[in-house]
Amino acid sequence: MLAYLVRRLILAILTMWAVSVLSFIVIQLPPGDYITSYIAQMSSSGSGVSAEEANALRQQYGLDQPQYIQYIRWMKMVLQGNFGMALEYGRPVAEVIGDRIYLTMVVSVAAIIFTWCAALPIGIYSAVRQYSMGDYLATFIGFIGLAVPSFMLALILMYFGFTLFNANIGGLFSDEFAEAPWTLAKLWDLTKHLPLPALILGLAGTAQLIRIMRANLLDELGKPYVVTARARGLSEARLIIKYPVRVALNPFASTIGYLLPYVVSGSIIVSLVLSLPTVGPLLLKSLVAQDMFLAGTIVLLLGVMTVIGTFISDLLLMWIDPRIRFEGKQ
Amino acid sequence: MTEPAARPVPPVEEETAAASTAAEERISVATQWQLMWWRFRKHRVAMVSTVVVLLFYLVVIFADLLAYADPLASEAQRSLLPPQRIHWYDRGRFAPHVYGLTGVRDPMTFKRVYTPDPNKKIPIRFLVRGFEYRLFGLIPMSLHLLGVEGTTPEESLFLLGTDEQGRDLWSRLMYGTQTSLIIGLVGVSLSLILGVFLGGISGLYGGVLDTIIQRLIEILRSIPTIPLWMGLAAALPNDWTVIQVYFAITIIISLIGWTELARVVRGRFLSLRQEDFVMAAELSGCGQMRIIFTHLVPSFLSHIIAATTLAIPAMIISETSLSFLGLGLRPPAISWGVLLQQAQNIQALAISPWLLIPSIPVIIIILAFNFMGDGLRDAADPYGH
Repeated sequence: MLAYLVRRLILAILTMWAVSVLSFIVIQLPPGDYITSYIAQMSSSGSGVSAEEANALRQQYGLDQPQYIQYIRWMKMVLQGNFGMALEYGRPVAEVIGDRIYLTMVVSVAAIIFTWCAALPIGIYSAVRQYSMGDYLATFIGFIGLAVPSFMLALILMYFGFTLFNANIGGLFSDEFAEAPWTLAKLWDLTKHLPLPALILGLAGTAQLIRIMRANLLDELGKPYVVTARARGLSEARLIIKYPVRVALNPFASTIGYLLPYVVSGSIIVSLVLSLPTVGPLLLKSLVAQDMFLAGTIVLLLGVMTVIGTFISDLLLMWIDPRIRFEGKQ
Repeated sequence: MTEPAARPVPPVEEETAAASTAAEERISVATQWQLMWWRFRKHRVAMVSTVVVLLFYLVVIFADLLAYADPLASEAQRSLLPPQRIHWYDRGRFAPHVYGLTGVRDPMTFKRVYTPDPNKKIPIRFLVRGFEYRLFGLIPMSLHLLGVEGTTPEESLFLLGTDEQGRDLWSRLMYGTQTSLIIGLVGVSLSLILGVFLGGISGLYGGVLDTIIQRLIEILRSIPTIPLWMGLAAALPNDWTVIQVYFAITIIISLIGWTELARVVRGRFLSLRQEDFVMAAELSGCGQMRIIFTHLVPSFLSHIIAATTLAIPAMIISETSLSFLGLGLRPPAISWGVLLQQAQNIQALAISPWLLIPSIPVIIIILAFNFMGDGLRDAADPYGH
């Protein structure tokens, strides 16, 4: 168990390191550097920057150093919680991102929870009542989820929301709460707005999970222990929930590892369509404006968030599956 | 393929209810590819999907022919024109035609309002001359499948309406299909090269290399891709030409798909390494290259084809998503994502819902590739149950 934990932890740390390097590459890729953009920013607002000043600034920020030293400097800054300045806003990156990173997390977790809550019962139903109307319906919804990219689903739902109910279904808050400080009422408002983005983001994953759950459970249902339990007179519901479902449940935890990056990716683009106040629209804006510290930080935070989520799912898997817990003890 | 010529080829005829021994004999002498084809044929949905995919690629090849209006010809006088109704019969005779349109700006809403004029019938003709293009980029031509009589299609035919700049959506959709599907195909080929190379090394040599490549794949799979690709795509210089951006985006997209393909290739290599026929080949003194290319590759080629087919939808979605965000292909390039970009906000959707039409082919082709891939995957191992 310990070996498994350590292995996962090392992988998580390695992944975070890879994410940080990739984020740094994103920051470095555009031509010019922070100072070039800064000069452009200053001269557009009227106050010029002389060449000496620019050089002094470059030295101060270590931009004349080789790339790997710049990376180390940047990492040092980041680890101290200093993400640099967002040029476009003239404020520290951390301040600009603010609540948005938490809201991204909330939306992603809501999507995962939706995926589970929908896929578990539907998957069980589809397997137990194989080839029934409900099974076909689930398969059909599954294919829709598979084939419609989440942003397109958002567009289509938004169109129907507008034509049928004359309502704008976007956003995470009602107007009166958008800028308000956090209160219970605002939290409740958020909860009311969450189901739709969760549905849109979670549908593709739900489709996958239903298929996995159905296939796994169908494998289990034919096994002798199920027949034995039935012969012993266990009620059908108890029999299915207590044994085969538990065995079939295993992939649920293990797929979060793949589901989470997918959902976080999707949340970026869906947020744009539905104008959710997550980091998605901010990332796009910063990339278009070449505000690279902001963009790099968002990529970094999203990556780290995903890695932590995946690690938690590994712990969960260990808790659910005794085969992993007792690995190496035999 | 290594189809031994000496093996008797059974007559390929429809399964009659002949004696089961004859059928069994036919199966026992059939080649691997015949068995796969027979099994694939049974999967009706996969067969239909294959036809759909082929039709889409016909559109790719003949996009110029199928478009009737110059996809870049813009005209403010006909902006945001709704899809036109085709009238199939004229006084009981089959004569497809459309009505001429007159557009005026509504003084209250400032929207252009178009009214069809039933007295001005414009007949639709097949195979007519239109704007100039080069078939396959080589042969100069001006023939188009559809056209109108008496005027130019740019001015009178709008099967799917027009966009804000008055460009014909049907014609743009044809070119968008061409771009998006070619990117999908080229992207998957690049992914395949990466996947087969890295997966092959991983499965063949094992050891430290295998561990490193496997960890690399795990790391890549646990990073949310879209933000990363957005970052890379946004870094493409602004002064690049359409063609350069096109290639760069294809490469960026191909970096997504290879991990799954590498996983499949590695799995196949690992399981086949244990097989008796590989051992036999080794004992008979075959070189490693010979073992790989004449014994191993043919026996897992079908699995690779299936995995590749299943990887294409992800490529198409990636291109569409990136272009939709404005970070992928840029106008004047036309792709599904570029087309959908115009339907990005609720205002546009409310005024001109037809701009959402390009999402229909996206959904159809993704479904078709998925079903086709499923069928191929089931057929890939014809010796199983």
